[in-house]
Parts: sequence; C-alpha cells; structure tokens
Amino acid sequence: MAKIEKDRTRELREIGGYSLLRYLWRLLTSMRTALILLLLLGLASIPGSIIPQRTQNPFQVQDFFAANPTISPWLDRLYLFDVFGAPWFSAIYILLFISLIGCLLPRLNHYRVAIFERPTRPPQIFESSEGFFEVDGDMDRAIRWLEKNRYRIERFDGSISAEKGYLKEFGNLLFHLSLLLILIGIAMSSLFGMRGEAIVNEGERFINTPVAYDNISPGRLYSLDSMQPYRIDLDDFTAKYNPITNQALDYELKVKIRESTDAKPREGVIRVNKPLTFGASRVFLQATGYSVLVTVRDSSGVVTFQGPVPLLPQDPNLTSAGAIKVPDMDPGIGFVASFIPTIERDPVRGAFSSFPEPLDPQLLLAAWQGDLGMDEGKPQSIYRLDTSKMERIALISMKPGESFDFKVGSITFDGYLPWVNIQVIHDPGKRTALFGGFLALFGALGMLFIHRRKIWIRLRGDSQGKSLEVAGLATSGEEKLREDLVSLKEFLSARAGEGKGE
Amino acid sequence: MGFLSNDLIYSAIVVFALAFILHAIETAWSVRSGEGRNLDRSRTERVARNATGLIVLADLILLAGLITRGLSAERLPLGNMYEFSITGAFAFTTAYLVALKKFQIRWLGLFVAGGALLTLGTAITLLYVESAPLVPALKSPWLVIHVAAAIISGGIFLLANSIAAVYLILEKIERNGTRGSWAARLPSLDSLDQLTYRLIALVFPLWTFSIIAGAIWAEAAWGRYWGWDPKETWAFITWVAYAAYLHARVTAGWKGKKAAWLCLIAGSTFLFNYIYVNIWGTGKHTYSGL
Repeated sequence: MAKIEKDRTRELREIGGYSLLRYLWRLLTSMRTALILLLLLGLASIPGSIIPQRTQNPFQVQDFFAANPTISPWLDRLYLFDVFGAPWFSAIYILLFISLIGCLLPRLNHYRVAIFERPTRPPQIFESSEGFFEVDGDMDRAIRWLEKNRYRIERFDGSISAEKGYLKEFGNLLFHLSLLLILIGIAMSSLFGMRGEAIVNEGERFINTPVAYDNISPGRLYSLDSMQPYRIDLDDFTAKYNPITNQALDYELKVKIRESTDAKPREGVIRVNKPLTFGASRVFLQATGYSVLVTVRDSSGVVTFQGPVPLLPQDPNLTSAGAIKVPDMDPGIGFVASFIPTIERDPVRGAFSSFPEPLDPQLLLAAWQGDLGMDEGKPQSIYRLDTSKMERIALISMKPGESFDFKVGSITFDGYLPWVNIQVIHDPGKRTALFGGFLALFGALGMLFIHRRKIWIRLRGDSQGKSLEVAGLATSGEEKLREDLVSLKEFLSARAGEGKGE
Repeated sequence: MGFLSNDLIYSAIVVFALAFILHAIETAWSVRSGEGRNLDRSRTERVARNATGLIVLADLILLAGLITRGLSAERLPLGNMYEFSITGAFAFTTAYLVALKKFQIRWLGLFVAGGALLTLGTAITLLYVESAPLVPALKSPWLVIHVAAAIISGGIFLLANSIAAVYLILEKIERNGTRGSWAARLPSLDSLDQLTYRLIALVFPLWTFSIIAGAIWAEAAWGRYWGWDPKETWAFITWVAYAAYLHARVTAGWKGKKAAWLCLIAGSTFLFNYIYVNIWGTGKHTYSGL
C-alpha cells in the first residue's frame, strides 16, 4: 500500500496542469473511490442518528447542550447537531454523485453503441468454455430454440453466435441515473419548497398568507408573494381516544375549503393520514390541544381581555399550559394557566390529567401583577409569562362558567375549545423523487435479475450436419446460462419428428 | 382471539424447540460418527427431514397465531415490536423453507430453528403487548406494505447473514486443515458465497421498495418523505451497506471472506435499526417500538 502511495505522489509530481486534472478525475471516478465514498456516506450518517439533530428536535439539542456544556460547542463546530446539512456530509455525497456521473457518462456512450451490437464470432476452441457439450441435432432446430428464447442470433459459416441480456446494462444505467433524479427531486424540495405551521382554533379560519403562520420556513428560492390564497374554515374537530390505553384512535377535522378567498366553498375532511391537497401543497393535521375561553375585567367591570387562549399540551393526556397576558390593565396582569381536561389529584404530582378528553375539566391559574415586559420590543413567547418583574397575587382553580375576583379585577372561565396545529407543506420535488425511486427500483430489478450470456453452436465437421457442438459464456449469473444450456440440450435431444408440439 | 393467538405462539415455540433438538441431534451424530467410524448418512438424513417437517408445522402454527392476532386487533399484525418480531420469525423461517426447495441448505435448520426460538422467546417474554388498534398515524395501507416489505427483507437478510457467518466459520476451519465430518456435508465455500450473493441480490430491490413505500407513507402522515429520523437514517445506512456489498462483489471483484464480512456488517446495521432504534431511539418511529 505504502509503495503505491509513493508511486502516486511521484506520478503527481511528474504530471501537472491539465494532466493532473485528468488524473484526479480518473481517481474520483474509479470504482474503488465510488465504493469508499458509498461506505463513507453510510458511516457519516451514523452520528445523525445518535446525536440529537436541530432539524428534528431542537429542544433535545438544547437539553444536550445543558447536559454536556464542555463538548457541545465542539460538536457544534463540527456540525454534529446538523449532520445532514453539514459541509462534510454534503462533500461526501456531492463527490459520490460526481463520481457517479463520471462513471456513467462513458458507459452511457458505450451502451448507445453496444445495444445494437451483433454477437461476435465464436471462439476457435469450444471445449474449454462453460457447459460445453456435443449433441445430435440440426442447426435449424437450435436456432428455433434460440429465437423462441429471444436470443440475438448471428450466423457465421458452420457456426452461430447468440447473445441475450442486453437490458442488464440498461437496468444498471437506469438505476444509477434514477439516483441522480432522486437527488434532483430532493434539491427541488428544499429550494422551492416551504413549510409552515399555525395553531388554529375550532371555528376559526385559516387563509394561506405568510402572516397566518406561527412559523414559516420557505426554501431559498420560494416566493412568498406567489402563495395561493386558499381559505380553510375549521368547522368541527373530533378526537377519539382509547378509554383503556388513552391512546389517540382517530382525529377528524371537518372543514369548508375555498380555493381562493372569494371562491365557492366545498366541504372537506382532514385526518392524520389524509391531508388536503392544493397543487404541490398539502395541509396536514399535526397535533391537537385546548384553547381556553376567558374574560378578564378590571375592578370597574370593564372587559380588558376576552377570547380564546391556546395552551400547549404537556403530556399525552393533554394537560395544557400557557399564559394569559392582559397588558391593557395598569399595572399589567398576567396568568400562568394550566388546563386539565380530566382532573385527578395526587399528593406527589399535584393536579394532573388522567384522560385527554374533557370529562372533568378545570383551569388552574396563578395570577401575577406587575411589568409584563411586553413594551421592550423583545420578542416574547405567547405561551410563557415573564414573571421576573411581577408579583403573584392569587392562585385560582375554576370549572367552566365560574368566575374569580382577584383584588384588582376578575376573570371568568367561559369554556374551552380544541385547537389543531395545521402544517402546510409545499413540496414541488416530491413527485420527481418518487418517480426517481420507482425508476431506481425497476433499474435494480433489471440490473440484478437480467443476465448477459452467450451461446455458441458449431456444426461438427465430420457429422454431415447431424451433430452440434454447444458452449456458452456468462458474464454474470452462471446458473441462468446453465439452465439455458440444459433446456437447449433437451430440446435438441428430443427427435425432430416428436418435437412438433413443443 | 387474542388468547388463542398467544396459545398458538406458545405452541409454535414448543414445535420450534423440538425441531431445534432434532437438528442438534443430527449435528451431534454426524460430529461423533465422524471420529474414525463410518458416517451413517441415512440416519442423520432421516432425522434432519423430520426436523424440517417440524419447522414446517411450527411455521404453520405461527401463521395461525399471526392470523388470530390480526383478527383480534382487526388489522394486520404489524403494529408494534411484538408483532414485528413474530411476523419477522415467520418471514425468516418461511424464507428458509422456500430456499430449501431450491438449494441444499437443510444444514442451516439448526440456525433457523434456533433463531426463530430466540426471536419468539424474546417477543413473548419481553416485548409482549395486548393486541389493540393503532394510533392514527399508523392507519394507512402504506404501513402494511412498508412494514411487510421491511419484515420480509429482514427475514431474507438474516438468512443471508447466517450463511455468510457459516462461510466465515468454514473458511477458518479450512484454513487450519480439512473440514471435520460435520462440516464435510456442508456445501463448498464457493457455493455458500454464491448463495449469499443471490439472496442479497434478491432482497435488495425489496428493501429499496420498502424504503420507497415508507417514504410515501411518511409523506402522507408527516408531510415529508424523508426527514433523517433515526429509523430512516439506519434504513438508509443498511441500504448503502448492501449496495456497497453488491458493488464490491460485482465490480471490484470482492468474493469470499471480504464479501462475507461486508454482508455481516450490513446485516448488523439492520439488526441495530430493529433493536436499538425501536427500543432506545427517539424520533417519529418510536411508536413502532414497545
């Protein structure tokens, strides 16, 4: 190995400029390099499945940082929290695909000619070839068998050469070209795609404009101005849960759909696996939770806040938490809210939910008074109350319909609503990728199950056309050739007169 | 129906155990009778045939267990790791029985019965869950297609890996001398190597299809066809590893030992995905776990 390396460096020193490029190109497109890159690609994906990834679960990455403060910045510098977007990961697959193209171009060019090639003259000596046998029979009959088995036949004097399996290379090329097509599809998805999420209460509507989203991440070449302004009215949402395991059984969202804001509405249903489709965009039902309807009044009875407040689920039984902020009171009032659909109490855990449906709902609030910190222009989560400049003034537990007076005002728990998290995904590359996937599959089938093989037949000089010599050659799948030779032998051995009904 | 299914699975375990014992006896006899005395091939052959009969019986009982499990949950038994395991054991033994019709691999019965016993044993003791309907995200025909293709692929991967492992053992034996009498009845190294290759060439398109079906399902359920979720990542790694195996064999001319090792590495990525990612992993496939 070391010697080869030394030779290579010498070679490198001797050649320069254009020939160096040629050398590197040949090195990159060699089979060995392709194989190493392929294995590297597999190895490089491993950290992405072991270390938490930002693209999948940013919170887990935060936890990891908190738990491993010393090594995390280093891992981060190596892009290990974003493996599949890392430059070194891209480098591997880009090199692999360049190597692939470099491999394919000459082969495509060669195949363009080779697909029309006729079988070549049989070798002089048969005896050393695969499956050599001698058999009594005549050439016409042998040709009939070869034609029936779709061999390509070429006649020479006293001998024929037949070949089959030209589509193996086609399958091979198709498989590899399809991988390129999949890559193009993935690139289109990420460049021209968009994904966004919005929490929408039952009874409200969603209009597809950038402002309607809670968060939106457009691809680099996606134009926010070209969004189709469809409108979805969320009429009715039902969630069914298994009463024993508490697992969700089914979500169903009944909607009215308008292709544009002034179009005629039509009825529709969204389920977990059944999104709505608008061209290359799909609208998914991603998660559900509860919003609480509350009314806050100041001490004189004037309404200072009213409406549904979405809370975030904390566990599978939809214990939900969030914040109600009332900046229109002076000093500001805020509530840390916790909605429990089916309340249960426990000396250790306190209040918690024992079932996701609202069988015995309660709203638990901690009322705070002071500076909400909303005037500083810093972005704030709507689900969290910054209590650093506030003072707690009351702890409240309410059933629907109940009210509570705290010193400077009152709050009424009017009821609750389910919300759904709508996820919109615009993915113009998925069809290309899928098409590529299926082509790759067909290519793989052709490449692995078609076998290129040749059969040669020659009249024995001393037999007056009554005896044949047969041999073959397989470049892959010797069994297939052997089967063919056996079948040909049987066909030839059966007497011509008896073989009428073959 | 659920109870009936459990009883059937237990019965299948018992029959697999009997088949395992018969194969063990067959192996022991041929090892002993090799020590100087003549090898009574007819006797061991008879025992081995009976063992195969028992594996067929166990396989049928297992199939009945799967069907009753499916009926009790009113869906195909492909919803959690317990069900993957029993279906996987069925796929593995069926792959062996089908291959047995074509190739001389009766000698592999000891491994197959042992493997099925281990899988079913772990399934019923550690992974068992009551049969129940599925969470919404799993309700899709693509689930059935995707998981069924993955499990059949798994069965064939395991078979190919068992053969590759036997190859490596025999290769070592042959390097240190000649094969003992037990090993003497096994096929030549060359044909083992060839058999491994043919199984993997057979299963590679199926595995590709399983990934595509999974991507279609993921697109319908989660909105993206590929998200580098740990399960997806490892499915990809397995695909890459077997692609490398095929490449290495066909174009770089790797045969024998190197190819067998590559096959084992690829197979272990599959097992890792199945065991580690299902049980300890995170991501969107976790409900496919326990």
